[in-house]
Amino acid sequence: MTADAGKQPAAPSSLRLVLTLAIAGLVSGVAIIGIYQTTLPTITANKARELREAVFKVLPGVSGMQALVYRDGRIVVVPQPDKDEPVIYGGYDEQGDFVGYAMPGAGPGFQDTIALLYGYLPREKQVVGMEILESRETPGLGDKIYKDAHFVGEFSALSVEPEIVAVKKGTSTQNNHVDSITGATISSKAVVRIINETHAAWAAQLPAPGTEPPLTGGPADNGTGQ
Amino acid sequence: MKKNESYEEFVKGIWRDNPVFVQVLGMCPMLAVTNSAVNAIAMGMATLFVLVGSSFLVSVFRHVIPKQVRISCFIIIIATFVTIADYTLLALVPKVHKELGAFIPLIVANCLILGRQEAFASRYPTRLAVMDALGMAGGFLLALFSLGAVREILGDGALFGVRLFSENFEPWIVMILPPGGFLTLGVILLFFNWFKYKKDEFLADVAEAERGGS
Repeated sequence: MTADAGKQPAAPSSLRLVLTLAIAGLVSGVAIIGIYQTTLPTITANKARELREAVFKVLPGVSGMQALVYRDGRIVVVPQPDKDEPVIYGGYDEQGDFVGYAMPGAGPGFQDTIALLYGYLPREKQVVGMEILESRETPGLGDKIYKDAHFVGEFSALSVEPEIVAVKKGTSTQNNHVDSITGATISSKAVVRIINETHAAWAAQLPAPGTEPPLTGGPADNGTGQ
Repeated sequence: MKKNESYEEFVKGIWRDNPVFVQVLGMCPMLAVTNSAVNAIAMGMATLFVLVGSSFLVSVFRHVIPKQVRISCFIIIIATFVTIADYTLLALVPKVHKELGAFIPLIVANCLILGRQEAFASRYPTRLAVMDALGMAGGFLLALFSLGAVREILGDGALFGVRLFSENFEPWIVMILPPGGFLTLGVILLFFNWFKYKKDEFLADVAEAERGGS
């Protein structure tokens, strides 16, 4: 440091110090805005694609979707839901007829929040698909909630009435029973509980079967609201 | 001569002064994101980008930045590169970005990076600074990869997601959990220290033999 100190003026004025930092901050700010603006379209498109893929996965036979929210006592279509507003997705087939809802839910798992999406047919009162969007469950045990095909398959025709019950593996007898994963009972039960809670929260707000909002923008609409 | 000099700066980071195995820096990402080879490489590449970019700028502006505010300036430069890396990864490889999570923004706090700016880039010409950064980041990447590969092979029976063993292989789940990181790092550090010890012993023997011979 002594060699360097000799080269520089003994004590630069405070103005110079402030200016150096201000310029560094300004350049840095501009660079960050630049990269944010450049990557934003790709990031938004990625997120929309991921959501669409998940919705199409949990609702078989769906080819269009739109976001739905509960406002003023009924379910309405919104192009762009408000931030933090609970939202569900309506899935529609090629003719534009309503098929079912894709409902996002989240709750505590064994380690951290589990976020999932499940497909729900209101007429049949059945869950027809489940996809884990986010989880930090134990690798090798709890992560079977999305890696174990048998467990995920349990959610392909599951009655929600009176409610879904997680039972010991191999003892599922009713169509509202889910075989738990051996060694990951807490994670299995968490998934079931999240679906039950989400269903209970929305059940009263969903319109009677047959009166769901029609697909706006026609069947060609990709439903991303863009 | 000049060429050798920059080559020397490059190589020292990879092996002799390896930031992880010898200097034991950057332990936080080292233990946290090496549960698979892909994550380790993504983290290593992000660090490489940040370190090389920052070293270049710090070295270019080393006479402009007053030394009283140098650390703040280094941090601004590093943080800018980290943000760029963060958004680029999010846009290009969202899956990897999700796995690395908070550890990308935390590259700012990696003492390896600030350490190189203070110890090297702010004192040497740009060419040497970039070579030094490439070497150090290369060494870091190598260390992350060795840890990630060992942990993924033993903990998941795979490398880069490709199965290596038959169905009968029972993965050592502990290896992809946090304790596996500590175990693997411990064993590798043990090897490095043993190697250094043996080398010193050998050099001492050679010196003794030479003295005896003359």
